[in-house]
Amino acid sequence: MNDKLYRTILFIAALTIPIVCGGVVYALITDAYDAFEHFGFFRFLTSSEWSYTEGAEQYGALPFITGTLLTTLLALLFCIPFSLPVAFFVGEYFKGSRVASILSTVTDLLAGIPSIIYGLWGFYTLRPVIITLNISPQGSGILTASLVLAIMIVPYAASLSAEFIKMVPNDLKESAYSLGATRAEVVRKIIFPVAGSGIFSSYILAIGRALGETMTVTMLIGNTNNIPTSITSTGNSMASIIANQFGEADGLRLSSLIAIGLILFLITAVINMIGKMMIKRARIS
Amino acid sequence: MESIIPILEFKKTCVSYTKQTMAVKYVSAAIERNTITAIMGPSGCGKSTLLRAVNLMHNLYSNIRVDGEILLNGENILLMEPIDVRRRVGMVFQRPAPFPTMSIYDNVLAGFALNGIHLSKSKKDEIVESNLKNVVLWDEVKDVLNKKGTFLSGGQQQRLCIARALAMKPDILLMDEPTSALDPIATKRIEELLLELQKKVTILVVTHNMGQAKRISSRSMFMYLGELVEYGDTETMFSNPEHERTKAYLIGKIG
Repeated sequence: MNDKLYRTILFIAALTIPIVCGGVVYALITDAYDAFEHFGFFRFLTSSEWSYTEGAEQYGALPFITGTLLTTLLALLFCIPFSLPVAFFVGEYFKGSRVASILSTVTDLLAGIPSIIYGLWGFYTLRPVIITLNISPQGSGILTASLVLAIMIVPYAASLSAEFIKMVPNDLKESAYSLGATRAEVVRKIIFPVAGSGIFSSYILAIGRALGETMTVTMLIGNTNNIPTSITSTGNSMASIIANQFGEADGLRLSSLIAIGLILFLITAVINMIGKMMIKRARIS
Repeated sequence: MESIIPILEFKKTCVSYTKQTMAVKYVSAAIERNTITAIMGPSGCGKSTLLRAVNLMHNLYSNIRVDGEILLNGENILLMEPIDVRRRVGMVFQRPAPFPTMSIYDNVLAGFALNGIHLSKSKKDEIVESNLKNVVLWDEVKDVLNKKGTFLSGGQQQRLCIARALAMKPDILLMDEPTSALDPIATKRIEELLLELQKKVTILVVTHNMGQAKRISSRSMFMYLGELVEYGDTETMFSNPEHERTKAYLIGKIG
């Protein structure tokens, strides 16, 4: 009897999650419906107009999709040369040592810093540097946002990659050493290929993080609604346009913002699913 | 000339993991060329530790110290570069460990690839074929050379690992309980293979299986608590052990 009650409570609690998730998706779809109906799904995706002149409203998601993909891709590029060495340092070269545990703690600490702090740092420390170096006149823009975004995703990519590097069986490494390989050769020709799919999947998950990051990007990207023409130009990401405009929007404009939210949700969900699936496969092999 | 200098000689070899405890204590023994020498003893007696000293595996771990001398063809390997030593001393491990990202073909050639040695396609083909024939695996895999090494059965994988070690033409082949992860049929095939291989390469094999030592080795070492208790002809040791402890181990009193 007691057991049955317990199971019922568990069942109800567990059911709440899919219901909430379904509710979110349902609300997104119904609220975005107006925009899709008015502009057409594909035209909404491919239009770069964003004008809210009354009577001639035109909304399209392309500038923001471009902004999101560009910042994410750049962040990934900047992140790799820092996270991969950290992963190999912690997972192989100094595995189990004090230095490694300090380094991985510090890296994890980065993950715990609230994004508003990153935004402030980017705005008041990095932006003046960008201006001083004459990279862009206004300081903010795609590049600035990507740099800070890169720092934010380093911990995810590094600690997950390190885990896969650690998992490479000692038998394999010793076998390679016993054939006369140097450490560099073992890392390059055995550990990297064997841990490769795991490392790759940790970067996919890091991308998932970067795609939806809102606060930092909103503070640093410059908030213009055009397709960015270079990496130093200003723009908006899908998350930042919503954050910037949701308060003052209504009607078609609000529906368009929610439609962008729905697209962002779908992209992030797919990326995360791919990443998780790859991680599962990498763990099994 | 060859017979004067033993292929491998331990001279007061000691291995210690910590300052207080020695895992291998003052082992002295000369290994005969083209024989199978078995190292026996109960768990923790230091037999694997001694074996791993021969290809300087202990150098990978900063806490482990090796003292004394280990002479390979009269040269003290403890003074040599680990990479040079390991190219001349092959090793096969307890669990078959073919490189999972490499094909069967590439696994045989892994030693060359890892050392950055480039070979022509015909040379590669020749090395792969002759070494897989050496380990009696060629007929089983010649049509699937491009499949991953991990696709093979445990026994086949272990033979592949032996081929991979032999491809580097080592002077001596170290084997650390090479059949303990295999079934009896696969074990028998490996044992037959080793008896054949000793004509080409000197084999030093650690085993906790007395039957195996008796079946394949011509010389045996018995180690206990880090010391080499007895070393001699396998037949003599099994029929008439010199030391009480060896006898106790062989009849199952300690182990």
